[in-house]
Amino acid sequence: MAIDIQMPALSPTMEEGTLAKWLVKEGDVIVSGDILAEIETDKATMEVESIDEGVVGKILIAEGSDNVKVGAVILQLLEDGEDVSALTPASAPPAVKVETPTLQSDAPAPAPGPVMTKPTPPEASIPSNVKMVEVTVRDALRDAMAEEMRRDPHVFVMGEEVAEYQGAYKVTRGLLDEFGSKRVVDTPITEHGFAGIGVGAAMGGLRPIIEFMTFNFAMQAIDHIINSAAKTLYMSGGQMRCPIVFRGPNGAASRVGAQHSQDYSSWYAHVPGLKVVAPYDAADAKGLLKAAIRDPNPVVFLEHELLYGETFEVPDMDDFLIPIGKAKVRREGSDVTIVSHSRMVGRALEAADILAADGINAEVIDLRTLRPLDTETVINSVKKTNRLVCAEEGWGQHGVGAEISAVVTAEAFDYLDAPPTRVHQVDVPLPYAANLEALSLPGVEDVVKAAKAVCYKD
Amino acid sequence: MAKKPSAKTKSIKTNQEELLSFYKDMLLIRRFEEKAGQLYGMGQIAGFCHLYIGQEAVVVGVRHAMQEGDQMITSYRDHGHMLACDMEPRGVMAELTGRIGGYSHGKGGSMHMFSVEKNFYGGHGIVGAQVPIGAGLGFANKYLDNGAVSLAFFGDGAANQGQVYETFNMAELWDLPVVFVVENNQYAMGTSVERSSAETELFKRGLSFGIEGVQVDGMNVLAVREASKKAIAHARSGKGPMILEMKTYRYRGHSMSDPAKYRTRDEVKEVRGERDPIDAVKNRLVDEGWADNDSLKAIDKEIKAIVSDAADFALESSEPDPSELYTDVLLEA
Repeated sequence: MAIDIQMPALSPTMEEGTLAKWLVKEGDVIVSGDILAEIETDKATMEVESIDEGVVGKILIAEGSDNVKVGAVILQLLEDGEDVSALTPASAPPAVKVETPTLQSDAPAPAPGPVMTKPTPPEASIPSNVKMVEVTVRDALRDAMAEEMRRDPHVFVMGEEVAEYQGAYKVTRGLLDEFGSKRVVDTPITEHGFAGIGVGAAMGGLRPIIEFMTFNFAMQAIDHIINSAAKTLYMSGGQMRCPIVFRGPNGAASRVGAQHSQDYSSWYAHVPGLKVVAPYDAADAKGLLKAAIRDPNPVVFLEHELLYGETFEVPDMDDFLIPIGKAKVRREGSDVTIVSHSRMVGRALEAADILAADGINAEVIDLRTLRPLDTETVINSVKKTNRLVCAEEGWGQHGVGAEISAVVTAEAFDYLDAPPTRVHQVDVPLPYAANLEALSLPGVEDVVKAAKAVCYKD
Repeated sequence: MAKKPSAKTKSIKTNQEELLSFYKDMLLIRRFEEKAGQLYGMGQIAGFCHLYIGQEAVVVGVRHAMQEGDQMITSYRDHGHMLACDMEPRGVMAELTGRIGGYSHGKGGSMHMFSVEKNFYGGHGIVGAQVPIGAGLGFANKYLDNGAVSLAFFGDGAANQGQVYETFNMAELWDLPVVFVVENNQYAMGTSVERSSAETELFKRGLSFGIEGVQVDGMNVLAVREASKKAIAHARSGKGPMILEMKTYRYRGHSMSDPAKYRTRDEVKEVRGERDPIDAVKNRLVDEGWADNDSLKAIDKEIKAIVSDAADFALESSEPDPSELYTDVLLEA
């Protein structure tokens, strides 16, 4: 029987990709290790290597095809002695079901038809005549950097694979072409060193954007982020400035295990002298990153890998800035306040839809900035709803929710009708196995359950 | 690529004006540090206080090879560097006593002082952290094409920190205008170089990155100045970094709380008696006929007056106002 060769996944989050180029043609003899094709996603390009031997029987997907589903048969290989008659029509559904991320496995299947969440306008200050355009979080971040680099020649970006590779997650795609290697600087794999060089460059008058491939690797550099960047203004009596942005994906990706899946929100939000931003949608990603680059202080900018490919509306205007330190009410409600940030905002909004069906009207607050923390927006909301759920992706102990709960308890105690509740990752290193990973991470159902609990429903 | 010092450093060419200025600069650091030690003993200075006594020729020699606009950055043993950068002795001493008149308004202390005006970038308390920051200053110099060179000082202890080698790699890869000055005073706190380092000749530590290293008699201010001139010119010309290993010695403990049991009194006495950098300059001044006992005494008196004025200021300056507690955490965006 002929061997079906399927569209491979470059990452656990990939669902489809482009078959960019065939490197073999029908009739070619293939040995194990031969490169068959090149495939691309918006993140990366990869070669498909054969692990089998045989003759190329039939190419089923033409070169240049977009949106080829992971698992689709792209080529049939004839084994020794077979001829084309051995080829059977490739089965339409892939033989192997490729698991898509299980992070939302506890969420109900997205309802077809109209989305229940009322989209809130990205920012009140956007003039009404401004057109909204659909942009991915990835491209919004890139646009923010490109715009700021055009505006200020002191801004440069430095990190691993930011230039020639176009970004490990393609966030810096195109920047090298526009700004050249002086301002888009590939570094060796040396986080401690280049974070320190960035701090020195900032003290020397530049405005560095330091990209960490992920914030997990920034632990190697955390001494410079905290001891060198955050504390110097104070220790110098206000003399020595350090305008720098440390950015990159933070938190759990998908199926990458404990060392690559940590949420550092509360780590950085703990430190005076830093500003800490963790946006959810593309408009906030863009407006806040532009504000971070212009900020005279060190800013830790926590992105989320699983949001990079998501599309949101972004106002099509010059100089779209969002002030650091302002939370946003993403959905108004009267029964319970759900406070979250980064990717958890999406789950809080989904939870609010489910709760609405059960007659619970939830208010969803997106913190957007973790330091300085906009406690006023949270407290005002709790004064209205009298109930608080804090939802975050990281661990609970000493987490963002712990802080919010403490502030609300201290400042709005008399308004509370139930103890504040937290939703967070379970207290273990993130496991690899799909089922355990799903059990470990907080999902929509966890938020729903917590909200119902503080409302004393079911 | 790596060079040991030549034997004939004693006869390096100089002149009366230059040598007198070196003498005064070194003497100011020595007297200042002696006074700081005294104030520490009186309880007026607290916490960590790392004295530079014995190492004066290093920073003075390097400073006299630097040009306007060049930057200096170092570790926590930083009082000498600040004085060499022409920072006010009053402001440095008042920072040591934790007063409002200090360079950081009392919020930094001995290890954390800066002067943007004098191009002194600290004053860093984490061993080795100043090395990539110093290279970052070099990165900015190259980016801005301002012709400046950054001088990054660190000790033999920091020479074993991983980030130093990450920095060596990038500095050479990108030809950054930075000179790494290793102040090898033989002891990282209580651990001698022999007990901490597989390769004790620290000027060779850049070899695998292709960085030229030179070993220098760090007790000879003229040798330091000559070697620094060459290294700084090398960096300024776009050829990338160089490493200068200054063989020096600290007479006092690592910090004020260090009883220095890891070495003998005789060892310290011998260096003090035979290799003292200030005595060497004094002897040459006399030998050349550029100074006599009276003029040297006059200099001593002048320096003592500066130091005693700094100490008076540091003791009279008030403690920072409680409102200072909350300032300088963040700048207004």
